[in-house]
Amino acid sequence: MQGGARIALMPGCGLAMSAFAQSASSPTSIFAPQSTPAQSIFDLSLFVLMVTGAIFIVVFSLLVYAVVKFRKRGAEGSEPAQVYGSSQVELAWTVIPILIVVVLFLATARVIAGIQNPVRPTNALEVTVIGHQFWWEYRYPSLKVVTANELHLPVGEPAFLTLLSADTDHSFWVPRLGGKTDLIPNHPNSMWMDPREAGLYLGQCAQYCGTQHAKMLLRVYVQSREDFDRWIRDQSQPASGGQRIFETLSCVNCHTVTGTSAKGRFGPDLTHLMSRETIASGAAPNTPGNLRRWMQDPGVIKPGSKMPAMGLSDPELDALTAYLETLR
Amino acid sequence: MATESIAWPVPDAGKPLVEQLHEWVTTVDHKRLGILYIVYALLFLVIGGVEATIMRIQLMRPQNDFVSPQVFNRMFTMHGTTMIFFVAMPLVFGFGNYLIPLMIGARDMAFPRLNAFSFWMTAFGGFLLYFSFVGGDGLYGAGNAPDVGWFAYAPLTSQTFSRGHSTDFWILSLLVSGFGSVGTAINIIATILCMRCPGMTLGRMPLLAWLNLTMAGLVILAVSPLTAAQAMLLIDRYLGAHFFDTQAGGSAVIWMHFFWIFGHPEVYVLVIPAFAFASEIIPVFSRKPIFGYPVMVAATLCIGFIGMSVWAHHMFTVGMGAGANTFFVLSTMAIAVPTGIKIFNWLATMWGGQIHFKAPMLFCAGFLFQFLIAGLTGVMLSVAPFNWQLGNSYFVVAHFHYVIVGGILFTTFGAFYYWFPKMSGRMYNEALGKLHFWLFFIGFHLTFDFMHIPGILGMPRRIYTYEPGRGWELWNVVVTIGAFFQAAAILIFVANLVWSYFKGTLAGSDPWDAWTLEWSTTSPPPSYNFAELPEVKSRRPLWDLKHPEDPDWRYE
Repeated sequence: MQGGARIALMPGCGLAMSAFAQSASSPTSIFAPQSTPAQSIFDLSLFVLMVTGAIFIVVFSLLVYAVVKFRKRGAEGSEPAQVYGSSQVELAWTVIPILIVVVLFLATARVIAGIQNPVRPTNALEVTVIGHQFWWEYRYPSLKVVTANELHLPVGEPAFLTLLSADTDHSFWVPRLGGKTDLIPNHPNSMWMDPREAGLYLGQCAQYCGTQHAKMLLRVYVQSREDFDRWIRDQSQPASGGQRIFETLSCVNCHTVTGTSAKGRFGPDLTHLMSRETIASGAAPNTPGNLRRWMQDPGVIKPGSKMPAMGLSDPELDALTAYLETLR
Repeated sequence: MATESIAWPVPDAGKPLVEQLHEWVTTVDHKRLGILYIVYALLFLVIGGVEATIMRIQLMRPQNDFVSPQVFNRMFTMHGTTMIFFVAMPLVFGFGNYLIPLMIGARDMAFPRLNAFSFWMTAFGGFLLYFSFVGGDGLYGAGNAPDVGWFAYAPLTSQTFSRGHSTDFWILSLLVSGFGSVGTAINIIATILCMRCPGMTLGRMPLLAWLNLTMAGLVILAVSPLTAAQAMLLIDRYLGAHFFDTQAGGSAVIWMHFFWIFGHPEVYVLVIPAFAFASEIIPVFSRKPIFGYPVMVAATLCIGFIGMSVWAHHMFTVGMGAGANTFFVLSTMAIAVPTGIKIFNWLATMWGGQIHFKAPMLFCAGFLFQFLIAGLTGVMLSVAPFNWQLGNSYFVVAHFHYVIVGGILFTTFGAFYYWFPKMSGRMYNEALGKLHFWLFFIGFHLTFDFMHIPGILGMPRRIYTYEPGRGWELWNVVVTIGAFFQAAAILIFVANLVWSYFKGTLAGSDPWDAWTLEWSTTSPPPSYNFAELPEVKSRRPLWDLKHPEDPDWRYE
């Protein structure tokens, strides 16, 4: 709150300081990097903030001085001395900014090359990220695992993400793990990250993609290698039984449950639905009550969701919820 | 050259209202068209402001349900489109129309009827856009407005993702107003190049004319690609082409290039006239000539030139490859140099002067302060890796509002107060003008200073709601409170204009003791502007007239 008072006086510096103070308490701060690319962006940002902060202080002081010193006082006097220009000073405030720009540019070019042209280790984890209206599909091609909305990565190892889109533009942005990169149809992109600490990292879609752009949340679970391997093993199992009711309904047109006739790809893969903490791309916690509400009418939780209300009866909803709860 | 003796006839008095309205609708007088543009822009400023307020109420707390996601998405689409195309552009053209002939000693624009045509095209475009509220989905769907965002990225605009006609209204309204913009731009260029009064060489033009000349050149270069893209999108939607249809192999990225090669020069189209206002107001209220006139002109042309090569800095997150990103970093940073020169030259104009802090100068001082910060956050955003974090977040929203509101709107308010006496013949109320400034200044800083912070904390733009616990709540409350201060200030501003138009004290020809030609004729000027065309020998003809012992032409 005291940061707030300072900001009112000195926007340039105050903003930066207050944001730093806040960054500890926000799970999505760009100033709390936890991977190599995010860290190098952060270091460059600090340098840029220092340079721009210094420029601000100099020019702001000149402006304040001019406003205070040269404001008209008292009665109308004669006109001040008419000065038309000065080649020397104008040259000075042309050359100095050019030098500053050169320095900033060189520092920037170096970081761009470091992040965009990395040396790719042979054992790097490959993940294909596919943006959908309004959820995320994750495929681990070499591990034969498909999941949705909750990305799992091993700690301390580089992961290379291939970014695709099934419909409109989206953008993958988990601020503590790296900058954002867009997912554009017909335009495959890539990015990489090597999370330094285990934990849950949050983010969300950063390119307007339609009605529910706001609830296309990102959750990245960074785990120890053992936990990650265990998770992969669990995800590789076929689904448990009891699917009859599911297979007789139109769910199968859009959803996949491995080992059953459900092979749709329009909606999220549900094979291990209960291993996720949230549903609807982070819009609600994954509880039986929420699952039931979601299936009854997705629009209640996420108006504009592409999943229609299927008009299921109460017994059907109960049976389906019970079945989904077995998908561990 | 003095035309004081010409009595201003009062043509409207006694005529029936219908006849007066008819005169306004059929007018080809650059001054009336200028005022039409300005009044039209003020109308849409209020509408766009209401849309912004609706968004701010919705975002005041997390998981709010003041409006539905669909309504929120329409609000930001309409707010952006309205403010750029139907507020900022008409304001630029309105002041340009009104002032350019007067300041270069001409009797009208080069093509008066093209001028009227352009205005009515722009006006029709705005009304067409707003008709979408009724006609967008057809009346059976109760209508709706476009919800694709003001830069309308493909393929969200394709038939697959955008049913109904709301997107068509968006396309057509910009297509139509685009014709109007190009018409006015041609008119401004022809007027400045061909209609200057005797003695007014290019080097003796007021800076406002130079800046508007640059602006008009940019309009022709920038609006044409937008118009082409709109035509392609329309062909995609109705004739089955696949320019931007990604499901049939089209390219979403091409649309981005088309849009931003319009979109970024557009920023300069808007900000260069704002520079023009500052370059006229700051000298008069500092009682000194503009510092370094030739360098100011050169910097303007430089901004116009480099401004055409920076568009893809809006696309750093698109995955353009390291080479392209590096090029656009350099071109974008380079533009900071001529812009910096301008700020320093304005400061040097104030330096050693006697600064009169009347409302126009207050707004220009606010502009200098805010434009400095906007420029510096612009440098941050030009650093591509920093942009990967800040891009499309509320930091960007704060940055470009700093430019558009803190820079362009502030100088435009200054221009309103500065030229209001010329346009209406009456002085505005200075106390209300100052109150407007301070309220708006406080509201502006509450809203847009604090808006940077949620961006740094990971809040993307264009979300209708957000999760609690991300450290964004407090800042969003402050931002919303600031919006109400701004709304109150705008009400005071409009009240001041209306009250002063009827009740203000008479201004006389030259209330500011200014130096350019518009102040040599009556307020308001007669339809022919000057009884006899003036002849000038320097950049400040009225200074020469008032100071025969020490005229400018000795030094230029």
